[in-house]
Amino acid sequence: MQKFTTLKSIAAPLDMINVDTDMIIPKQFLKTIQRTGLGKFLLNDLRYNDDGSEKPDFVLNKPEYRSANILVAGDNFGCGSSREHAPWALLDFGIRCVIAPSFADIFYNNCFKNGILPIALPKDQVDALMDKAKEGREIAVDLSDQTVRAGNDVVFSFEIDPFRQHCLLNGLDDIGITMAQAAEIDGFEAQQSSLQPWLYAKK
Amino acid sequence: MPQPRTLFQKIWDSHVVHKNDDGTCVLYIDRHLVHEVTSPQAFEGLRMASRKVRRPDATLAVADHNVPTSDRSKGISDPESRLQIETLTKNCNEFGITLFDMNDKRQGIVHVVGPEQGLTQPGMTIVCGDSHTSTHGAFGALAFGIGTSEVEHVLATQTLLQKPAKNMRITVDGTLGAGVTAKDVVLAIIGTIGTAGGTGYVVEFAGSVIRDLSMEGRMTVCNMTIEGGARAGLIAPDETTFEYIKGRPYAPQGDDFEKAVSYWKNLASDDGATYDKEVTLKAADIAPQVTWGTSPEDALPITASVPDPANTNDPARKAAMERALSYMGLAAGQKLTDVKIDKVFIGSCTNGRIEDMRAVATIAKGRKVAEGVYAMIVPGSGLVKAQAEQEGLDKIFIEAGFDWREPGCSMCLAMNADRLEPGERCAATSNRNFEGRQGKGGRTHLMSPAMAAAAAVTGRLADVRELS
Repeated sequence: MQKFTTLKSIAAPLDMINVDTDMIIPKQFLKTIQRTGLGKFLLNDLRYNDDGSEKPDFVLNKPEYRSANILVAGDNFGCGSSREHAPWALLDFGIRCVIAPSFADIFYNNCFKNGILPIALPKDQVDALMDKAKEGREIAVDLSDQTVRAGNDVVFSFEIDPFRQHCLLNGLDDIGITMAQAAEIDGFEAQQSSLQPWLYAKK
Repeated sequence: MPQPRTLFQKIWDSHVVHKNDDGTCVLYIDRHLVHEVTSPQAFEGLRMASRKVRRPDATLAVADHNVPTSDRSKGISDPESRLQIETLTKNCNEFGITLFDMNDKRQGIVHVVGPEQGLTQPGMTIVCGDSHTSTHGAFGALAFGIGTSEVEHVLATQTLLQKPAKNMRITVDGTLGAGVTAKDVVLAIIGTIGTAGGTGYVVEFAGSVIRDLSMEGRMTVCNMTIEGGARAGLIAPDETTFEYIKGRPYAPQGDDFEKAVSYWKNLASDDGATYDKEVTLKAADIAPQVTWGTSPEDALPITASVPDPANTNDPARKAAMERALSYMGLAAGQKLTDVKIDKVFIGSCTNGRIEDMRAVATIAKGRKVAEGVYAMIVPGSGLVKAQAEQEGLDKIFIEAGFDWREPGCSMCLAMNADRLEPGERCAATSNRNFEGRQGKGGRTHLMSPAMAAAAAVTGRLADVRELS
């Protein structure tokens, strides 16, 4: 997984609440057996007309936001389906950080597995950043000191789980960490299989 | 005396393998369900790291999202869908995982199959790369959806890294009125708490209404917990639960079953256990529900009218409502019972079980699907289909003009050939009315199976109480 330390970029404003994962990446793109290549389908139905041409008014089609690495959005971002294709599509487009007042749990979790930093901030602070994004200002994110900055006047601190912060800062693979505890997992299974043998009974 | 604990806390405590200083736990996973859409990249990850599946015996795979619901003898015509299903078969063979493939009579939607096989049991932790894994909470199992990276984590380690969620209890007391079902209860709950109301929580459903529900009804309620933002819903196991599980192929047998039941009986929340949040609803206040918008929280009694965004103060909510009305082709103030429909979809992991089929048959019997309406019924599994046919329900459906199909996820998310065309309006028993969910430009109204059957025979959103 790619590390995340600091990021400075134009931020694309997506001023909508309840942006669901069906919207982020519609079902016809879930048939892939790979993780890459989904960026061009990110927010497909908002972004393209039926004939495949771009909708020029949509934020990601505007020249100033095409290379945005940050997305600012409304409440409950990423609700619905558990599809990890949603963060894969964001990442493949180039989004490394999403800022919103709140996130759906599964999406939030999936971001961290892909080197994307989801930042939840109070609504008034997101509103302020949304304004900066709409003005085309750069936003700077620092994961170590847990701050978001836009110019000199706007500085906000965000909360993050220390373990997730550590993994993201160092680009650590969760599975490798857990596999180092194999002996404890063996011990758990030995105990559970003696107390609840039916969980292990062969069919 | 030990601290009273909730059902959630008991299951959590009994599955912690290791707890880090910051509270992150390595949580043991008892059962892992796998389907074709969210697993290929996980298996690829295992291969690249030369890792094995730790417990193939605790893992079951089934093809459901992409399968055709028409005649399968000719295979799958869409090359991408076919490749995804072939990839699942290849991966299951390589890693030693049991697979119910498309032609297995036990095949069906993963969340219908697990309980039907007796794989889903109280006190377990169960995961699947699918948000509707919450369904299995109906048995008092801690069950939640995960992403593909976590699928890989579970395949490799049989654990997940997790922090405990907050715990909410939603109590529904009283007696449901005629025509009011589990689906109406859960839509009313989501309408009350909102689509993000459960974010960060595991929800325990309680109260006399929940106790009186069948296992099928409880599964419908827990299935849609995720539409209220909570990853997992739970219902304390009781005699209804034990009776359902007994004798199923993957259930504990003989002495093991008795031992398991005595363990399961201790799982219910202790008296005096406390929750981070409590919500209560009265059964008498719940009428048959339909959704009017593009979020499951947009649920109203069928007797209501389309709401007016002008009555909302929150600008973000107002904008979302205006967008939803425009997408849905509805006008504020329009009576819901005046809304005409084009298609009906009965099925999904929410409402594709035998009781749902029976509820539809009750309304369909002696009636006809309205002219100009196409109505499809997709059973949740091959075994549901066989049971329905044994009871003669298929004849009622066909006689009434419904299309009786093969099992799968079908038009709940339209990954196979079953979908809405732009502008088409559908009465659906599924779980999501998001923009484009059932097909680009398609308009979805969520409701119970009986209400969907009522819509089919009247050609509009209809109050089932006026038919039965």
